[in-house]
Amino acid sequence: MKEILDAEVIVGHDQLGLEIKEAGCADLLSDVLFYCKAGCLLLTGLTNPQIIRTADVLDIAAVIVVRGKCPSPETIQLAEELQIPILTTKYILFESVGRLYAKGIVSCVKKVGEKRDFS
Amino acid sequence: MTSHESLTYENSYPVEGGTFKNAGRVSAQVKARLKEMKLPGKIIRRAAIVTYEAEINICSYADHGRIILQVTPTHVTIEAIDEGQGIPDINLAMQAGYSTATKEIMQVGFGAGMGLSNIKHFSDSFCITSEVGKGTRLKMIILIDRDRYRV
Repeated sequence: MKEILDAEVIVGHDQLGLEIKEAGCADLLSDVLFYCKAGCLLLTGLTNPQIIRTADVLDIAAVIVVRGKCPSPETIQLAEELQIPILTTKYILFESVGRLYAKGIVSCVKKVGEKRDFS
Repeated sequence: MTSHESLTYENSYPVEGGTFKNAGRVSAQVKARLKEMKLPGKIIRRAAIVTYEAEINICSYADHGRIILQVTPTHVTIEAIDEGQGIPDINLAMQAGYSTATKEIMQVGFGAGMGLSNIKHFSDSFCITSEVGKGTRLKMIILIDRDRYRV
């Protein structure tokens, strides 16, 4: 993941071996709550602590902050406390998602309206 | 809750309104408690999501509030009760995408008008009442189907 997105690890240097198969991306956290699954990757342009709270609620494996943005100090502190990895990449959201998709990472939910199992 | 159901757990958690400083902390506590009680993962996940959305609503729109968690052998019930501005038109507020959010709420990633519809989506039963100038009360029930989840 780190190499695919030329990403910088902000929190979670010890968790780089995590295997991730699915991802979701949004700047609206209610959308993240609606469709992201446990164990997935979250890509977002948000930098505030609610991205970590949301990741914690959903058991999201790691958060990637796109567009070269820096998570706030409060966000980093909370991520450290809850042991949720954060990486940053200079790629924009579309490019980041495309690079991951090309490497076999698929979307948590392909289409809305599909039957959910709430996993 | 019917009279024959014994209450396994009950707790009330205060939520600070008008600030995002601690937003999500109560949801994390509720989730941790349900994990300790070894409830099925999908039940915990749904309970955590509805609690978090309800907590964000209190942080966004109310002066203060509380979240009450009740667990019985068959249900997880979450009530979010706040004192604050209330909702003038509940039918309108329930429409996905309808929002009265301020810029501050949107800056943290909420306020897109999806919170209440998300709460309804992840609950087996959802009830909302509100009085303008007094506050809002949400009640969410998530059924624990123990046979299905083999707990």
